[in-house]
Amino acid sequence: MFKQKRLFELVRTVLAVLIALIVALVTILFASDEPGRALSLFLFGPLDSLRHFGNVLEMMIPLLFTGLAVSIMFSAAQFNLGAEGAFFLGGITATSVAINQSLLPVVHPVLSILAGGLTGALFCGIPALLKVKWNASELVSSLMFNYVALFLGLYLINYYMRDVDAGAMVSFKLADTSKLIRIIPKTRVHFGLILAALTVVAGYYFMYRTRWGYRIRLTGLNSSFARYSGIQTASVIILSQVLGGFIAGSGGAIEILGMYRRFSWQSLPGYGWDGIIVAILARNNPALIPVGAFFLAYLRIGADLMARSSDVQSEVVYIIQGVMIVLIAAESFLAHYRHKLVYREARKTAASGK
Amino acid sequence: MQTDFLSMNNITKVYPNGIVANDGVDFSLRKGEIHALVGENGAGKSTLMKILFGLEHPEEGEILLKGESIHVSSPNVAIEHGIGMVHQHFMLVPSLTVAENMVLGSEPRRGIYTNIKKAESETLELSRKYNLTVEPSARIRDLPVGIKQKVEILKALYRGAEILILDEPTAVLTPQETKELFEELHLLKEKGSTIIFISHKLHEIKELCDRLTIMRNGRSQGVFNVADVTEKEISRLMVGRDVILEVDKGPAAPAEISLKVRNLTVVNDFGKNAVNNISFSLRKGEILGVAGVEGNGQGELVEILTGLQRINFGSVEIEGENIAGKTIKEIRNLGTCHIPEDRMTYGVAETLDIEQNLLADKHDSPRFTGKILTRPKVIRENSLKLIGEYRIKCGSPLEEVKMLSGGNIQKVVVAREFSSDPKLIIADQPTRGIDVGATEFIRKRLVELRDEGSAVLLVSADLNEVMELSDSLIVMYNGEITAFIEDVRSLSEEELGLYMLGIKKQTDGEIGRALHV
Ligand SMILES: Nc1ncnc2c1ncn2[C@@H]1O[C@H](COP(=O)(O)OP(=O)(O)O)[C@@H](O)[C@H]1O
Ligand SMILES: [Mg+2]
Repeated sequence: MFKQKRLFELVRTVLAVLIALIVALVTILFASDEPGRALSLFLFGPLDSLRHFGNVLEMMIPLLFTGLAVSIMFSAAQFNLGAEGAFFLGGITATSVAINQSLLPVVHPVLSILAGGLTGALFCGIPALLKVKWNASELVSSLMFNYVALFLGLYLINYYMRDVDAGAMVSFKLADTSKLIRIIPKTRVHFGLILAALTVVAGYYFMYRTRWGYRIRLTGLNSSFARYSGIQTASVIILSQVLGGFIAGSGGAIEILGMYRRFSWQSLPGYGWDGIIVAILARNNPALIPVGAFFLAYLRIGADLMARSSDVQSEVVYIIQGVMIVLIAAESFLAHYRHKLVYREARKTAASGK
Repeated sequence: MQTDFLSMNNITKVYPNGIVANDGVDFSLRKGEIHALVGENGAGKSTLMKILFGLEHPEEGEILLKGESIHVSSPNVAIEHGIGMVHQHFMLVPSLTVAENMVLGSEPRRGIYTNIKKAESETLELSRKYNLTVEPSARIRDLPVGIKQKVEILKALYRGAEILILDEPTAVLTPQETKELFEELHLLKEKGSTIIFISHKLHEIKELCDRLTIMRNGRSQGVFNVADVTEKEISRLMVGRDVILEVDKGPAAPAEISLKVRNLTVVNDFGKNAVNNISFSLRKGEILGVAGVEGNGQGELVEILTGLQRINFGSVEIEGENIAGKTIKEIRNLGTCHIPEDRMTYGVAETLDIEQNLLADKHDSPRFTGKILTRPKVIRENSLKLIGEYRIKCGSPLEEVKMLSGGNIQKVVVAREFSSDPKLIIADQPTRGIDVGATEFIRKRLVELRDEGSAVLLVSADLNEVMELSDSLIVMYNGEITAFIEDVRSLSEEELGLYMLGIKKQTDGEIGRALHV
């Protein structure tokens, strides 16, 4: 029975994705004068050159971090949306360390990433504390704090790190010692991909093979039961969000160090929100985060390529995201069908004289 | 031959977890009868009645009322057809008054406001008519269980119920209250109501009912005139074998004190003393029962002893240590285990698998986890061992707990709690709502653990259980101890009922014997 249930969940997800894709394709069919070209760019564009496929991998890196961060927080049933702000502030703090020109290689990026991670931890920890102390909804407070993060970050760049000679509102150049090396020639895929992979693997072990992960999951599934069992749920609530914040913050730092010459974000980059989509696709299971991240990155790059060389806008992706998430989140999608399965199964076991 | 007033034909219901709760069940009612629906816990009685009341929807089968097929899609439809139900767990709003609860959803209005006066006078009128005495302006939360039940019955009648379903109404009552209820039901019958009475207490059925339908394992075992069958025949049809739910237990050999409660007072959210200055001791090697109608402070007492709630006044010592300021974990580490009253809220995480549920209180013990990583092999051995020892019926340790039947879920809880070498066992309604097999098993285990030297505090609203299993007994009424019975064998059910209702109370000297000093 339990195997069937997993299979059913998989079928449900795949079906949701397919339906979403079909909706998008139909939309393209109607919106475009040259639908064939638009479609093929969208679906196969990311595969048509190493550079394009590299784009997909590049985009996966931040998604792996934020997806894991969100899934850890969500596993504890903490709906902290601060991954976005943590990612952004992680990038800012990393920049402040990275523009320092006098540090050694290796040490430099490590310090920058740690700084970014700690900032993220602090940032996501605040809504957690508010929740534990005053039972303030972490969803609302973290949402609000994201804007604090944005304007605080821009202020810091503008007043302390801005390179006035550069024209736009960007930071000084990052020191070469701080940068992450490229690992695939002819693409911009950087060492961050390896770090991301390691983090996701560690995240999986943490959630499913350590006492701390167990506490997080138990608290998320039934906090009364967790408390009854002797688990200090308040600490778990804080731990999950501090850890999520750390991962998201490190992700922001790595994104800056791997992809940019200067800090140049003028608004929230959106990877935190995307992390939520990835976490939902992966059902909060770190082992499935790479699948979700790859899928979303692929869609995004495909849509970008399509927008660049056809008459369809890349916003098509948002239709897909929307439909997909509604279908996956809707518990009763296919519930009727599942019940029929259960019914038939029960009949069968009854007939075979259990 | 009387014709059937209502009939349910070939009803089949499969729950989302695959449990076949009703399997081709036929059920019929004659107008004006009291019809018993009997069967052990988990037989599917509540499910069948929930289907009749529109709360659950069957996969197969039809319902005929006065010969016409009806489709009961919701309780509202059921009420329109004159079907009312009093649930096993009451569904009243505690902060509202009796009259407000009565009219909830169909309030008499004056402008945009509820016409309270009218609601109260209607309540009173109805309560006079059926001789169900209630005070319309009293708040539900201040009322004892017996009265709440009357409110529930009146509520159904207020909505025009001709067929009244009572789901295990006597499970929560004292013998005296039960007697009162039976008189009221007889009156209802005289006035033309048809009543479905669910119970597994056979003498009650003999006393009250005209016909009975017996269920076992989701199937109907047939319908009989009560006069035509003996209690023994009924019980054999119910369980499929002769059962004697008597645990054979030798005399207790009490040793030193394990739990010491002194002058404990618990103030609840409404500022009332839910537990009022109680003192007692529990020794190793004995089972101390805590009897009482539910809601007389037993729940609060258990919450204090297990650390779920902080102590207001008084002291509690477990194994010689004062538990004030200790965390739940620390209290557990003193050797305490806890079977919670509400297993689905406190006892398990239903979407987690059995194996992980069995681990909750010991997930961080060195046996199951190294410095960092857990030991999957040892964990698997542990779960397989417990599943075997406690005969938990499941396909695999990786099955979700919610896929199990009530009795097996309780076994998961009990297996986990009992496997931590407990010195003090707090068992709160350990066999509520579970089948005979599991009940028997759990009761036996409790006695075994007693004999191995554990101290057992058994809180139970089930008179049979508390009388049969306990060595000594305290009775709680209104937050206070009204009696201490040193030797339970000397106690009659009637006398216990009087203590439970607060009609009789021992002297302080007699109650003081519970301290064992
Ligand atoms: N909502 C539910 N979901 C899944 N299983 C259920 C549900 N309600 C009852 N069951 C299961 O269905 C069976 C019959 O339950 P029930 O009708 O409550 O029995 P009874 O009232 O005779 O004790 C039991 O095995 C019980 O565990
Ligand atoms: Mg029932």
